[in-house]
Amino acid sequence: MKLNLKIWRQENATAKGKIVDYPVDGIDGDMSFLEMLDILNEQLVEKGEDTIQFDHDCREGICGSCSLQINGEPHGPDKLIATCQLHMRSFKDGDTIYIEPFRAKAFPVIKDLIVDRTAFDRIQQAWGYVSVNTSGNTVDANTIPVEKEKADESFNAATCIGCGACVAACKNASAMLFTSAKVSQYALLPQGRVEATERVKAMVRQMDEEGFGNCSNTGACEIECPKGISLENIARMNREYLAASVKG
Amino acid sequence: MGGFLNSTIARKVAMALSGLFLVLFLAQHFSINFISVFSKDLFNEISHFMGTNFFVQALLQPVLIFGVIFHFVMGFILEAKNRSARNIKYVKFNGNENSSWVSRNMIYTGLVVLAFLALHFYDFWFPEMIHKYIESHPEDAARYYDELVAKFQSPIRTILYVVSFVFLALHLYHGFSSSFQSVGWRNKYAKGLRGFTQAYAIIIPLGFIFIALFHYINNL
Repeated sequence: MKLNLKIWRQENATAKGKIVDYPVDGIDGDMSFLEMLDILNEQLVEKGEDTIQFDHDCREGICGSCSLQINGEPHGPDKLIATCQLHMRSFKDGDTIYIEPFRAKAFPVIKDLIVDRTAFDRIQQAWGYVSVNTSGNTVDANTIPVEKEKADESFNAATCIGCGACVAACKNASAMLFTSAKVSQYALLPQGRVEATERVKAMVRQMDEEGFGNCSNTGACEIECPKGISLENIARMNREYLAASVKG
Repeated sequence: MGGFLNSTIARKVAMALSGLFLVLFLAQHFSINFISVFSKDLFNEISHFMGTNFFVQALLQPVLIFGVIFHFVMGFILEAKNRSARNIKYVKFNGNENSSWVSRNMIYTGLVVLAFLALHFYDFWFPEMIHKYIESHPEDAARYYDELVAKFQSPIRTILYVVSFVFLALHLYHGFSSSFQSVGWRNKYAKGLRGFTQAYAIIIPLGFIFIALFHYINNL
């Protein structure tokens, strides 16, 4: 199929970017979206032009590296998948496709379609873990009984791959879905309850310091999340945060 | 705005609680206004009570005014923060694919409601304050119904009120149910609660529209 790609090009973090037109031909429906960009890059190399930079790693929907805003939606028109799992059969011959980086003040563009998402790392580092003594006398986590329902909810929250689609989809560039998934995966388990009060305060503080927006409960993040992380996590984080604030 | 209200979540909780307070007030306001449709005397009696009772005038009224001002000032603060969180806009943003128009445009529906409040205060609240506390007229328990009806003789004012109530409905449709999510109240009753809040968001503004049109048509 033939496509007219409109791709955001930006030389570096400080340069002014712009949309550049790239017509491509010979695209097969079974190609993944990233393979389509690989083909375009090969054509650019043959012409001696600068290739389009984009993030990718596992190409299996697990690592959360790929991060493209495709036709106004993070990870494109299909739901519950990352960009690497999007296939060209989702588009029609002659389509115009806008490809932009995820936009947020906290996700500055590094080059072209690559953004700096280390703000998520810093939120995780704030307290996105449990403190476990690893001196050699560590108790097996499985010795602590956990309700099946809670374990499942915690696991679902833990499937967040930190791709940033929630931020990209939100009109306010809010990181509440990501942060709440990380808070929830521990808050739901007895091992995580021990530090729950300090954790939610530290992670929300870091989220605010990074400059993300507020949650307006539009639900866009939940719809666009490749792992289907639920808005219930945001409600849980709000409860956890209120309780932590009351405790002081 | 220091301390607790510095955090994103706390601001949203404060926004939600002030919104819920205003939703409660709206139900009370509607109940009294609706009485004007079927009983002039009862409407006058209740209005006189509300307008002269010390508890209502000296305690509830300032709390209400504070609630209104807090809600829209916090709305502006949140909007400013949200706009700054995405300093470069998307060339193409397909918001309709993942969210409703009303949920994304609360600031605009809210601004229309705020403009309406200015008109509403100009029509009723300022004249009432001047009548009672500046010109110090003697109490007249029979004046309220006639004052209300007189305002709705104007077709332009009636249209402005009707349009404003439509925007109020849009604002409530997302805001009322959203406030429960903001305070973290989401459990097995959430679906039913959402239905109730959306029904409320339609029925109450429709009721206000009915009252405005009733008094306009009734006095043609």
